[in-house]
Amino acid sequence: MLDISPKDTLPKAGGVGYKPQHFNELMNAPGSVTWLEIHAENYMGAGGRPLAQLRHLAEKFPISVHGVGLSIGGETRLDPEHLSRLKTLIDWLNPAMFSEHLAWSTHDAQFLNDLLPLPYTNDTLTRVTAHINEVQDHLGRKMLLENPSSYLAFAQSTWSEPDFLRELARRTGCGLLLDVNNVFVSATNLHFDPRAYINAYPLDLVEEFHLAGHDEDTDELGRKLLIDSHGKPVDEPVWALFDHVIANGGARPALVEWDNDVPDFNVLEAETARAARHMQGVVA
Amino acid sequence: MTLDLTTSAQDMTVSQSRFRNALLDPETPAPDGLVTPEGTHAEKRFGVYRNNVSHSLASALVDGFPVLTKLLGEAFFRQMALVYLRIHPPASQLIMHYGAAMPTFLVGFPGTVHLKYLPDVARLELALRRAYHAGDAEAIAPADLTQLDQATLMDTRLVLAPAVETLTSEFPALSIWEFNMQDGPTPTMQAETILISRRGYDPVAQRLPLGGAVFVNALKKGHAFGTALGLATSQVADFDLTATLSALIAGHGIIKIEKG
Repeated sequence: MLDISPKDTLPKAGGVGYKPQHFNELMNAPGSVTWLEIHAENYMGAGGRPLAQLRHLAEKFPISVHGVGLSIGGETRLDPEHLSRLKTLIDWLNPAMFSEHLAWSTHDAQFLNDLLPLPYTNDTLTRVTAHINEVQDHLGRKMLLENPSSYLAFAQSTWSEPDFLRELARRTGCGLLLDVNNVFVSATNLHFDPRAYINAYPLDLVEEFHLAGHDEDTDELGRKLLIDSHGKPVDEPVWALFDHVIANGGARPALVEWDNDVPDFNVLEAETARAARHMQGVVA
Repeated sequence: MTLDLTTSAQDMTVSQSRFRNALLDPETPAPDGLVTPEGTHAEKRFGVYRNNVSHSLASALVDGFPVLTKLLGEAFFRQMALVYLRIHPPASQLIMHYGAAMPTFLVGFPGTVHLKYLPDVARLELALRRAYHAGDAEAIAPADLTQLDQATLMDTRLVLAPAVETLTSEFPALSIWEFNMQDGPTPTMQAETILISRRGYDPVAQRLPLGGAVFVNALKKGHAFGTALGLATSQVADFDLTATLSALIAGHGIIKIEKG
Protein backbone atom coordinates (compact mmCIF):
# COMPACT_ATOMS: atom_id res chain seq x y z
CA MET A 1 0.00 0.00 0.00
CA LEU A 2 1.26 3.49 -0.82
CA ASP A 3 1.68 5.96 1.97
CA ILE A 4 -0.92 8.64 1.31
CA SER A 5 -1.84 9.22 4.93
CA PRO A 6 -1.55 13.04 4.83
CA LYS A 7 -3.90 13.20 1.85
CA ASP A 8 -6.62 10.74 2.74
CA THR A 9 -9.54 13.04 1.97
CA LEU A 10 -10.43 15.11 -1.09
CA PRO A 11 -10.34 18.87 -0.42
CA LYS A 12 -13.52 20.87 -1.02
CA ALA A 13 -11.82 22.50 -3.97
CA GLY A 14 -11.13 21.91 -7.66
CA GLY A 15 -9.87 18.64 -9.14
CA VAL A 16 -9.42 17.30 -12.68
CA GLY A 17 -9.88 14.01 -14.45
CA TYR A 18 -6.27 12.93 -15.04
CA LYS A 19 -4.98 12.83 -18.62
CA PRO A 20 -1.44 11.50 -19.19
CA GLN A 21 -0.58 14.47 -21.47
CA HIS A 22 -0.90 16.74 -18.40
CA PHE A 23 1.52 14.75 -16.22
CA ASN A 24 4.38 17.27 -16.27
CA GLU A 25 2.21 20.32 -15.58
CA LEU A 26 0.46 18.53 -12.71
CA MET A 27 3.76 17.53 -11.15
CA ASN A 28 5.36 20.96 -11.58
CA ALA A 29 2.70 23.69 -11.75
CA PRO A 30 -0.76 22.37 -10.90
CA GLY A 31 -2.24 25.83 -10.15
CA SER A 32 -5.75 25.49 -8.77
CA VAL A 33 -5.83 21.70 -9.21
CA THR A 34 -5.85 20.19 -5.73
CA TRP A 35 -6.88 16.58 -6.42
CA LEU A 36 -7.20 14.10 -9.28
CA GLU A 37 -9.64 11.51 -10.47
CA ILE A 38 -8.55 8.49 -12.50
CA HIS A 39 -10.61 5.96 -14.42
CA ALA A 40 -9.98 2.68 -12.62
CA GLU A 41 -9.91 0.57 -15.79
CA ASN A 42 -6.94 2.47 -17.26
CA TYR A 43 -4.79 1.35 -14.32
CA MET A 44 -5.57 -2.34 -14.32
CA GLY A 45 -2.58 -3.39 -16.39
CA ALA A 46 0.22 -5.35 -14.74
CA GLY A 47 2.70 -2.46 -14.85
CA GLY A 48 4.26 0.08 -17.18
CA ARG A 49 4.03 3.85 -17.50
CA PRO A 50 0.37 4.32 -16.39
CA LEU A 51 0.99 2.80 -12.95
CA ALA A 52 4.38 4.49 -12.64
CA GLN A 53 2.81 7.90 -13.31
CA LEU A 54 0.01 7.15 -10.87
CA ARG A 55 2.57 6.28 -8.17
CA HIS A 56 4.15 9.74 -8.60
CA LEU A 57 0.81 11.55 -8.72
CA ALA A 58 -0.46 9.79 -5.59
CA GLU A 59 2.52 11.12 -3.64
CA LYS A 60 1.46 14.66 -4.55
CA PHE A 61 -2.36 14.63 -4.85
CA PRO A 62 -5.32 12.98 -3.15
CA ILE A 63 -6.77 10.59 -5.73
CA SER A 64 -10.34 9.60 -6.42
CA VAL A 65 -10.80 6.32 -8.29
CA HIS A 66 -13.77 6.43 -10.66
CA GLY A 67 -14.90 3.11 -12.12
CA VAL A 68 -16.61 2.89 -15.50
CA GLY A 69 -16.75 -0.90 -15.89
CA LEU A 70 -18.47 -2.49 -12.90
CA SER A 71 -21.94 -2.50 -14.49
CA ILE A 72 -23.61 -1.99 -11.12
CA GLY A 73 -27.01 -1.84 -12.81
CA GLY A 74 -26.42 -5.04 -14.78
CA GLU A 75 -29.06 -7.79 -14.77
CA THR A 76 -26.37 -10.42 -14.41
CA ARG A 77 -24.02 -10.83 -11.46
CA LEU A 78 -21.04 -8.53 -11.03
CA ASP A 79 -17.95 -9.82 -12.84
CA PRO A 80 -15.86 -11.35 -10.02
CA GLU A 81 -12.67 -10.98 -12.05
CA HIS A 82 -13.28 -7.27 -12.51
CA LEU A 83 -14.19 -6.79 -8.87
CA SER A 84 -10.96 -8.49 -7.90
CA ARG A 85 -8.91 -6.28 -10.28
CA LEU A 86 -10.59 -3.26 -8.71
CA LYS A 87 -9.72 -4.46 -5.23
CA THR A 88 -6.09 -4.96 -6.24
CA LEU A 89 -5.90 -1.37 -7.51
CA ILE A 90 -7.68 0.10 -4.49
CA ASP A 91 -5.67 -1.90 -1.95
CA TRP A 92 -2.46 -0.71 -3.62
CA LEU A 93 -3.42 2.92 -4.13
CA ASN A 94 -5.55 3.46 -1.00
CA PRO A 95 -7.38 6.34 -2.73
CA ALA A 96 -9.30 9.08 -0.95
CA MET A 97 -12.51 8.05 -2.72
CA PHE A 98 -14.08 5.41 -4.95
CA SER A 99 -17.12 6.03 -7.14
CA GLU A 100 -19.13 4.27 -9.84
CA HIS A 101 -22.26 4.89 -11.91
CA LEU A 102 -25.96 4.15 -11.70
CA ALA A 103 -25.77 2.39 -15.07
CA TRP A 104 -24.97 -0.90 -16.76
CA SER A 105 -22.28 -1.67 -19.33
CA THR A 106 -21.80 -5.44 -19.41
CA HIS A 107 -24.19 -8.15 -20.60
CA ASP A 108 -23.50 -11.82 -21.42
CA ALA A 109 -19.79 -11.18 -20.79
CA GLN A 110 -19.80 -8.43 -23.43
CA PHE A 111 -18.53 -5.06 -22.28
CA LEU A 112 -20.19 -2.25 -24.24
CA ASN A 113 -17.93 0.61 -23.08
CA ASP A 114 -20.82 2.98 -22.37
CA LEU A 115 -22.95 3.89 -19.37
CA LEU A 116 -26.35 2.50 -20.31
CA PRO A 117 -29.64 3.56 -18.68
CA LEU A 118 -31.83 1.77 -16.14
CA PRO A 119 -35.57 1.77 -15.50
CA TYR A 120 -36.28 3.05 -11.98
CA THR A 121 -38.39 0.20 -10.64
CA ASN A 122 -38.51 -1.83 -7.43
CA ASP A 123 -36.75 -4.71 -9.25
CA THR A 124 -33.89 -2.44 -10.29
CA LEU A 125 -33.70 -1.06 -6.76
CA THR A 126 -33.35 -4.55 -5.28
CA ARG A 127 -30.71 -5.56 -7.80
CA VAL A 128 -28.60 -2.39 -7.55
CA THR A 129 -28.82 -2.50 -3.74
CA ALA A 130 -27.38 -6.03 -3.78
CA HIS A 131 -24.60 -5.01 -6.19
CA ILE A 132 -23.59 -1.93 -4.18
CA ASN A 133 -23.54 -4.02 -0.99
CA GLU A 134 -21.35 -6.58 -2.76
CA VAL A 135 -18.92 -3.91 -3.98
CA GLN A 136 -18.67 -2.19 -0.58
CA ASP A 137 -18.19 -5.54 1.19
CA HIS A 138 -15.58 -6.66 -1.29
CA LEU A 139 -13.60 -3.42 -1.23
CA GLY A 140 -14.07 -2.88 2.48
CA ARG A 141 -15.01 0.75 1.94
CA LYS A 142 -17.90 3.06 1.19
CA MET A 143 -18.51 3.99 -2.44
CA LEU A 144 -20.21 6.92 -4.13
CA LEU A 145 -22.86 6.45 -6.81
CA GLU A 146 -23.15 8.92 -9.70
CA ASN A 147 -26.39 10.06 -11.35
CA PRO A 148 -26.44 9.33 -15.11
CA SER A 149 -27.09 11.58 -18.09
CA SER A 150 -30.26 10.39 -19.85
CA TYR A 151 -31.37 10.61 -23.47
CA LEU A 152 -34.64 8.71 -23.08
CA ALA A 153 -36.98 7.43 -20.38
CA PHE A 154 -38.40 4.00 -19.54
CA ALA A 155 -42.18 3.65 -19.66
CA GLN A 156 -41.87 1.10 -16.85
CA SER A 157 -40.18 3.50 -14.36
CA THR A 158 -42.08 4.09 -11.14
CA TRP A 159 -39.48 6.10 -9.17
CA SER A 160 -38.04 9.57 -9.76
CA GLU A 161 -34.26 9.60 -10.06
CA PRO A 162 -33.60 11.67 -6.88
CA ASP A 163 -35.89 9.39 -4.83
CA PHE A 164 -34.30 6.30 -6.37
CA LEU A 165 -30.79 7.50 -5.47
CA ARG A 166 -31.86 8.51 -1.97
CA GLU A 167 -33.39 5.06 -1.38
CA LEU A 168 -30.28 3.29 -2.71
CA ALA A 169 -28.10 5.34 -0.37
CA ARG A 170 -30.44 4.60 2.55
CA ARG A 171 -30.38 0.85 1.89
CA THR A 172 -26.63 0.52 1.26
CA GLY A 173 -25.00 3.37 3.16
CA CYS A 174 -23.27 4.49 -0.03
CA GLY A 175 -22.65 8.18 -0.68
CA LEU A 176 -23.60 10.10 -3.80
CA LEU A 177 -21.59 11.79 -6.53
CA LEU A 178 -23.65 14.60 -8.02
CA ASP A 179 -22.79 15.24 -11.66
CA VAL A 180 -24.27 18.69 -12.23
CA ASN A 181 -23.82 18.53 -15.99
CA ASN A 182 -25.66 15.19 -16.08
CA VAL A 183 -28.61 16.75 -14.25
CA PHE A 184 -28.71 19.59 -16.77
CA VAL A 185 -28.37 17.23 -19.75
CA SER A 186 -31.11 14.90 -18.46
CA ALA A 187 -33.39 17.83 -17.56
CA THR A 188 -33.07 19.30 -21.05
CA ASN A 189 -33.56 15.92 -22.73
CA LEU A 190 -36.44 14.69 -20.55
CA HIS A 191 -38.08 18.12 -20.11
CA PHE A 192 -37.92 18.54 -16.34
CA ASP A 193 -36.76 21.47 -14.23
CA PRO A 194 -33.13 20.91 -13.14
CA ARG A 195 -33.58 23.12 -10.06
CA ALA A 196 -36.58 21.07 -8.95
CA TYR A 197 -34.42 17.96 -9.37
CA ILE A 198 -31.73 19.51 -7.14
CA ASN A 199 -34.38 20.56 -4.60
CA ALA A 200 -35.59 16.95 -4.43
CA TYR A 201 -32.06 15.51 -4.37
CA PRO A 202 -30.45 14.47 -1.03
CA LEU A 203 -27.58 16.98 -1.12
CA ASP A 204 -26.53 15.97 2.40
CA LEU A 205 -25.42 12.59 0.98
CA VAL A 206 -23.22 14.15 -1.72
CA GLU A 207 -19.46 13.79 -1.24
CA GLU A 208 -18.25 14.86 -4.68
CA PHE A 209 -19.38 17.02 -7.63
CA HIS A 210 -18.69 16.51 -11.32
CA LEU A 211 -18.76 19.26 -13.91
CA ALA A 212 -18.26 18.79 -17.65
CA GLY A 213 -19.13 20.11 -21.09
CA HIS A 214 -21.83 18.75 -23.40
CA ASP A 215 -22.69 18.78 -27.11
CA GLU A 216 -25.98 19.69 -28.73
CA ASP A 217 -28.07 17.55 -31.09
CA THR A 218 -31.78 17.27 -31.88
CA ASP A 219 -34.42 14.66 -31.03
CA GLU A 220 -37.21 13.01 -33.10
CA LEU A 221 -39.12 16.30 -33.26
CA GLY A 222 -36.18 18.60 -33.89
CA ARG A 223 -35.96 19.71 -30.27
CA LYS A 224 -32.71 20.22 -28.40
CA LEU A 225 -31.04 16.98 -27.27
CA LEU A 226 -27.84 17.38 -25.23
CA ILE A 227 -25.05 14.81 -25.38
CA ASP A 228 -22.78 14.29 -22.37
CA SER A 229 -19.59 14.45 -24.45
CA HIS A 230 -16.96 15.76 -21.99
CA GLY A 231 -15.31 17.57 -24.89
CA LYS A 232 -15.99 21.26 -24.18
CA PRO A 233 -15.90 23.87 -21.41
CA VAL A 234 -18.66 23.67 -18.81
CA ASP A 235 -21.73 25.42 -20.24
CA GLU A 236 -22.98 28.66 -18.59
CA PRO A 237 -26.38 27.24 -17.50
CA VAL A 238 -24.50 24.37 -15.82
CA TRP A 239 -22.43 26.89 -13.82
CA ALA A 240 -25.71 28.57 -12.82
CA LEU A 241 -27.13 25.20 -11.72
CA PHE A 242 -23.86 24.56 -9.85
CA ASP A 243 -24.45 27.84 -7.96
CA HIS A 244 -27.93 26.63 -7.05
CA VAL A 245 -26.45 23.35 -5.76
CA ILE A 246 -23.83 25.16 -3.66
CA ALA A 247 -26.39 27.63 -2.31
CA ASN A 248 -28.52 24.70 -1.11
CA GLY A 249 -25.94 22.16 -0.06
CA GLY A 250 -22.56 23.87 0.31
CA ALA A 251 -19.14 23.12 -1.17
CA ARG A 252 -17.73 19.67 -1.96
CA PRO A 253 -14.68 18.38 -3.85
CA ALA A 254 -15.55 19.51 -7.40
CA LEU A 255 -14.12 17.77 -10.47
CA VAL A 256 -13.88 19.07 -14.02
CA GLU A 257 -14.03 16.20 -16.53
CA TRP A 258 -12.69 16.66 -20.06
CA ASP A 259 -12.20 13.35 -21.87
CA ASN A 260 -12.50 14.17 -25.59
CA ASP A 261 -10.61 16.82 -27.56
CA VAL A 262 -8.57 17.26 -24.37
CA PRO A 263 -7.26 20.85 -24.22
CA ASP A 264 -3.93 22.21 -23.00
CA PHE A 265 -3.54 22.05 -19.24
CA ASN A 266 -4.05 25.80 -18.73
CA VAL A 267 -7.57 25.60 -20.23
CA LEU A 268 -8.53 22.78 -17.90
CA GLU A 269 -6.87 24.52 -14.94
CA ALA A 270 -8.92 27.67 -15.63
CA GLU A 271 -12.12 25.59 -15.40
CA THR A 272 -10.96 24.15 -12.07
CA ALA A 273 -10.15 27.63 -10.77
CA ARG A 274 -13.64 28.75 -11.77
CA ALA A 275 -15.23 25.80 -9.94
CA ALA A 276 -13.28 26.77 -6.81
CA ARG A 277 -14.30 30.44 -7.19
CA HIS A 278 -17.97 29.52 -7.46
CA MET A 279 -17.65 27.54 -4.25
CA GLN A 280 -16.14 30.58 -2.51
CA GLY A 281 -19.25 32.45 -3.53
CA VAL A 282 -17.33 34.68 -5.93
CA VAL A 283 -18.89 34.30 -9.37
CA ALA A 284 -16.59 35.18 -12.24
CA MET B 1 -57.54 -9.82 -38.09
CA THR B 2 -57.71 -8.96 -34.39
CA LEU B 3 -55.74 -6.26 -32.73
CA ASP B 4 -54.67 -6.58 -29.13
CA LEU B 5 -55.20 -3.09 -27.82
CA THR B 6 -54.26 -3.88 -24.25
CA THR B 7 -50.81 -2.92 -23.17
CA SER B 8 -49.64 -4.94 -20.21
CA ALA B 9 -46.83 -3.75 -17.97
CA GLN B 10 -44.81 -6.69 -19.25
CA ASP B 11 -44.76 -5.25 -22.78
CA MET B 12 -43.00 -2.15 -21.50
CA THR B 13 -40.23 -4.08 -19.77
CA VAL B 14 -36.93 -3.53 -21.55
CA SER B 15 -34.51 -6.36 -20.86
CA GLN B 16 -30.80 -5.66 -21.13
CA SER B 17 -30.40 -8.36 -23.78
CA ARG B 18 -32.97 -6.63 -26.01
CA PHE B 19 -31.27 -3.30 -25.35
CA ARG B 20 -27.86 -4.79 -26.17
CA ASN B 21 -29.08 -6.54 -29.34
CA ALA B 22 -30.52 -3.32 -30.71
CA LEU B 23 -27.39 -1.38 -29.72
CA LEU B 24 -25.10 -3.58 -31.75
CA ASP B 25 -27.42 -4.17 -34.73
CA PRO B 26 -28.57 -1.02 -36.54
CA GLU B 27 -31.26 -3.09 -38.33
CA THR B 28 -32.96 -3.96 -35.02
CA PRO B 29 -35.30 -1.15 -33.86
CA ALA B 30 -35.00 0.29 -30.36
CA PRO B 31 -36.97 -1.84 -27.87
CA ASP B 32 -40.56 -0.80 -27.06
CA GLY B 33 -40.76 0.82 -23.66
CA LEU B 34 -37.97 3.34 -24.35
CA VAL B 35 -39.78 6.62 -24.62
CA THR B 36 -39.53 10.36 -25.25
CA PRO B 37 -40.82 12.82 -22.62
CA GLU B 38 -44.25 12.53 -24.32
CA GLY B 39 -44.24 8.75 -24.04
CA THR B 40 -43.69 8.09 -27.76
CA HIS B 41 -41.11 5.62 -29.07
CA ALA B 42 -37.55 6.97 -28.61
CA GLU B 43 -35.89 5.57 -31.74
CA LYS B 44 -33.67 8.56 -32.48
CA ARG B 45 -32.76 9.03 -28.84
CA PHE B 46 -31.75 5.38 -28.65
CA GLY B 47 -29.36 6.23 -31.49
CA VAL B 48 -27.31 8.33 -29.04
CA TYR B 49 -26.40 5.13 -27.14
CA ARG B 50 -25.76 3.29 -30.44
CA ASN B 51 -23.46 6.07 -31.52
CA ASN B 52 -21.68 6.30 -28.14
CA VAL B 53 -20.94 2.57 -28.17
CA SER B 54 -19.76 2.34 -31.77
CA HIS B 55 -17.81 5.61 -31.66
CA SER B 56 -16.01 4.79 -28.41
CA LEU B 57 -15.10 1.26 -29.50
CA ALA B 58 -14.04 2.32 -33.00
CA SER B 59 -11.90 5.06 -31.43
CA ALA B 60 -10.31 2.50 -29.10
CA LEU B 61 -9.38 0.45 -32.17
CA VAL B 62 -7.99 3.52 -33.98
CA ASP B 63 -5.86 4.30 -30.91
CA GLY B 64 -4.80 0.68 -30.53
CA PHE B 65 -3.89 0.05 -34.18
CA PRO B 66 -2.21 3.25 -35.43
CA VAL B 67 -0.36 1.52 -38.27
CA LEU B 68 -3.42 -0.41 -39.52
CA THR B 69 -5.32 2.90 -39.41
CA LYS B 70 -2.62 4.60 -41.45
CA LEU B 71 -2.35 1.76 -43.96
CA LEU B 72 -6.10 1.54 -44.55
CA GLY B 73 -6.95 5.22 -44.03
CA GLU B 74 -8.95 6.28 -40.96
CA ALA B 75 -12.30 6.52 -42.79
CA PHE B 76 -12.04 2.95 -44.12
CA PHE B 77 -10.64 1.66 -40.81
CA ARG B 78 -13.58 3.16 -38.86
CA GLN B 79 -16.09 1.57 -41.27
CA MET B 80 -14.31 -1.76 -40.82
CA ALA B 81 -14.24 -1.23 -37.04
CA LEU B 82 -18.06 -1.00 -37.02
CA VAL B 83 -18.22 -4.47 -38.57
CA TYR B 84 -15.54 -5.76 -36.20
CA LEU B 85 -17.17 -4.49 -33.02
CA ARG B 86 -20.50 -6.11 -33.89
CA ILE B 87 -18.80 -9.50 -34.35
CA HIS B 88 -16.27 -9.03 -31.56
CA PRO B 89 -17.61 -6.70 -28.86
CA PRO B 90 -15.12 -6.40 -25.98
CA ALA B 91 -14.99 -9.46 -23.74
CA SER B 92 -13.30 -7.44 -20.99
CA GLN B 93 -13.54 -4.03 -19.34
CA LEU B 94 -9.84 -3.53 -20.14
CA ILE B 95 -10.24 -1.61 -23.39
CA MET B 96 -6.43 -1.21 -23.48
CA HIS B 97 -6.31 -4.76 -24.87
CA TYR B 98 -9.40 -4.53 -27.14
CA GLY B 99 -8.91 -5.93 -30.64
CA ALA B 100 -7.25 -9.28 -29.95
CA ALA B 101 -9.31 -10.94 -32.71
CA MET B 102 -8.25 -8.36 -35.30
CA PRO B 103 -5.59 -10.54 -37.02
CA THR B 104 -8.08 -13.32 -37.81
CA PHE B 105 -10.85 -10.83 -38.62
CA LEU B 106 -8.63 -9.18 -41.28
CA VAL B 107 -8.15 -12.53 -43.02
CA GLY B 108 -11.90 -12.90 -43.53
CA PHE B 109 -12.90 -9.26 -44.14
CA PRO B 110 -13.63 -8.71 -47.86
CA GLY B 111 -11.93 -5.30 -47.90
CA THR B 112 -8.64 -6.57 -46.47
CA VAL B 113 -8.47 -10.24 -47.49
CA HIS B 114 -6.01 -9.45 -50.31
CA LEU B 115 -3.63 -7.57 -47.98
CA LYS B 116 -1.89 -10.68 -46.67
CA TYR B 117 0.62 -8.78 -44.51
CA LEU B 118 -2.03 -6.92 -42.46
CA PRO B 119 -2.70 -9.67 -39.86
CA ASP B 120 0.97 -9.72 -38.85
CA VAL B 121 1.06 -5.93 -38.58
CA ALA B 122 -1.99 -6.24 -36.30
CA ARG B 123 -0.22 -8.94 -34.25
CA LEU B 124 2.80 -6.65 -33.86
CA GLU B 125 0.61 -3.74 -32.70
CA LEU B 126 -1.16 -6.00 -30.19
CA ALA B 127 2.17 -7.28 -28.85
CA LEU B 128 3.49 -3.72 -28.44
CA ARG B 129 0.34 -2.81 -26.48
CA ARG B 130 0.75 -5.87 -24.25
CA ALA B 131 4.37 -4.87 -23.68
CA TYR B 132 3.32 -1.33 -22.71
CA HIS B 133 1.10 -2.69 -19.93
CA ALA B 134 3.26 -5.69 -18.95
CA GLY B 135 4.63 -6.11 -15.44
CA ASP B 136 7.67 -4.08 -14.42
CA ALA B 137 11.06 -5.77 -14.20
CA GLU B 138 14.64 -4.57 -14.05
CA ALA B 139 17.08 -5.80 -16.71
CA ILE B 140 20.41 -7.41 -15.79
CA ALA B 141 23.64 -5.58 -16.56
CA PRO B 142 25.13 -7.00 -19.80
CA ALA B 143 28.37 -7.82 -17.91
CA ASP B 144 26.45 -10.24 -15.67
CA LEU B 145 26.00 -12.40 -18.75
CA THR B 146 29.26 -11.87 -20.62
CA GLN B 147 31.39 -12.74 -17.58
CA LEU B 148 30.02 -16.31 -17.42
CA ASP B 149 32.27 -19.04 -18.83
CA GLN B 150 30.75 -21.20 -21.52
CA ALA B 151 30.13 -24.32 -19.41
CA THR B 152 28.33 -22.32 -16.74
CA LEU B 153 26.37 -20.42 -19.37
CA MET B 154 25.01 -23.62 -20.94
CA ASP B 155 23.49 -24.74 -17.62
CA THR B 156 22.12 -21.29 -16.81
CA ARG B 157 18.48 -20.26 -17.05
CA LEU B 158 17.85 -16.76 -18.35
CA VAL B 159 14.62 -15.33 -16.97
CA LEU B 160 12.96 -13.00 -19.47
CA ALA B 161 10.95 -9.84 -18.77
CA PRO B 162 7.13 -10.21 -18.78
CA ALA B 163 6.99 -7.95 -21.85
CA VAL B 164 9.12 -10.27 -24.03
CA GLU B 165 7.35 -11.88 -27.00
CA THR B 166 8.35 -12.98 -30.48
CA LEU B 167 6.51 -12.74 -33.77
CA THR B 168 7.48 -14.76 -36.84
CA SER B 169 6.10 -13.20 -40.00
CA GLU B 170 6.29 -14.27 -43.65
CA PHE B 171 6.13 -10.54 -44.35
CA PRO B 172 8.28 -7.55 -43.38
CA ALA B 173 5.83 -6.71 -40.58
CA LEU B 174 8.38 -4.70 -38.57
CA SER B 175 9.69 -2.84 -41.63
CA ILE B 176 6.10 -1.88 -42.47
CA TRP B 177 5.61 -0.71 -38.88
CA GLU B 178 8.87 1.31 -38.93
CA PHE B 179 8.06 2.84 -42.34
CA ASN B 180 4.74 4.13 -40.98
CA MET B 181 5.68 5.07 -37.43
CA GLN B 182 9.33 6.12 -37.61
CA ASP B 183 9.97 7.17 -41.23
CA GLY B 184 11.87 3.90 -41.77
CA PRO B 185 13.08 2.84 -45.24
CA THR B 186 10.62 1.47 -47.81
CA PRO B 187 9.95 -2.17 -46.85
CA THR B 188 11.15 -4.89 -49.20
CA MET B 189 9.44 -8.28 -49.39
CA GLN B 190 11.10 -10.59 -46.87
CA ALA B 191 10.17 -12.70 -43.88
CA GLU B 192 10.92 -11.15 -40.48
CA THR B 193 11.38 -12.60 -37.02
CA ILE B 194 10.62 -9.95 -34.40
CA LEU B 195 11.45 -9.55 -30.72
CA ILE B 196 9.05 -7.38 -28.73
CA SER B 197 10.16 -6.11 -25.30
CA ARG B 198 10.15 -2.96 -23.20
CA ARG B 199 12.99 -0.57 -22.43
CA GLY B 200 12.00 1.39 -19.35
CA TYR B 201 8.39 2.22 -20.10
CA ASP B 202 8.73 2.19 -23.90
CA PRO B 203 7.89 -0.91 -25.95
CA VAL B 204 10.52 -1.79 -28.56
CA ALA B 205 10.50 -4.16 -31.53
CA GLN B 206 13.74 -5.49 -33.03
CA ARG B 207 14.64 -7.96 -35.77
CA LEU B 208 15.92 -11.37 -34.72
CA PRO B 209 18.01 -13.68 -36.91
CA LEU B 210 16.48 -16.90 -38.22
CA GLY B 211 15.95 -19.28 -35.29
CA GLY B 212 15.90 -16.38 -32.84
CA ALA B 213 12.23 -16.94 -31.96
CA VAL B 214 12.90 -20.63 -31.22
CA PHE B 215 15.72 -19.65 -28.86
CA VAL B 216 13.78 -16.89 -27.08
CA ASN B 217 10.62 -18.98 -26.73
CA ALA B 218 12.64 -21.89 -25.28
CA LEU B 219 14.08 -19.49 -22.67
CA LYS B 220 10.58 -18.20 -21.98
CA LYS B 221 9.44 -21.75 -21.28
CA GLY B 222 12.19 -22.05 -18.70
CA HIS B 223 14.67 -24.21 -20.65
CA ALA B 224 18.36 -23.89 -19.83
CA PHE B 225 20.53 -21.79 -22.14
CA GLY B 226 22.17 -24.90 -23.67
CA THR B 227 18.82 -26.55 -24.37
CA ALA B 228 17.48 -23.40 -26.03
CA LEU B 229 20.62 -23.11 -28.12
CA GLY B 230 20.33 -26.77 -29.14
CA LEU B 231 16.71 -26.27 -30.24
CA ALA B 232 17.61 -23.20 -32.30
CA THR B 233 20.63 -24.79 -34.04
CA SER B 234 18.69 -27.98 -34.78
CA GLN B 235 16.36 -25.81 -36.88
CA VAL B 236 18.86 -23.28 -38.20
CA ALA B 237 22.37 -24.73 -38.54
CA ASP B 238 24.09 -21.32 -38.66
CA PHE B 239 21.88 -19.77 -35.92
CA ASP B 240 23.32 -16.38 -34.94
CA LEU B 241 23.41 -16.54 -31.14
CA THR B 242 25.36 -13.29 -30.74
CA ALA B 243 22.79 -11.22 -32.66
CA THR B 244 19.94 -12.82 -30.70
CA LEU B 245 21.56 -12.15 -27.32
CA SER B 246 22.43 -8.58 -28.39
CA ALA B 247 18.77 -7.92 -29.21
CA LEU B 248 17.63 -9.43 -25.90
CA ILE B 249 20.10 -7.30 -23.96
CA ALA B 250 19.41 -4.13 -25.96
CA GLY B 251 15.68 -4.68 -25.41
CA HIS B 252 16.13 -5.08 -21.63
CA GLY B 253 14.65 -8.53 -22.10
CA ILE B 254 16.74 -10.51 -19.56
CA ILE B 255 15.90 -9.86 -15.93
CA LYS B 256 17.60 -12.66 -14.03
CA ILE B 257 20.35 -15.26 -14.41
CA GLU B 258 19.69 -18.50 -12.58
CA LYS B 259 22.72 -20.73 -12.42
CA GLY B 260 21.99 -24.41 -13.01
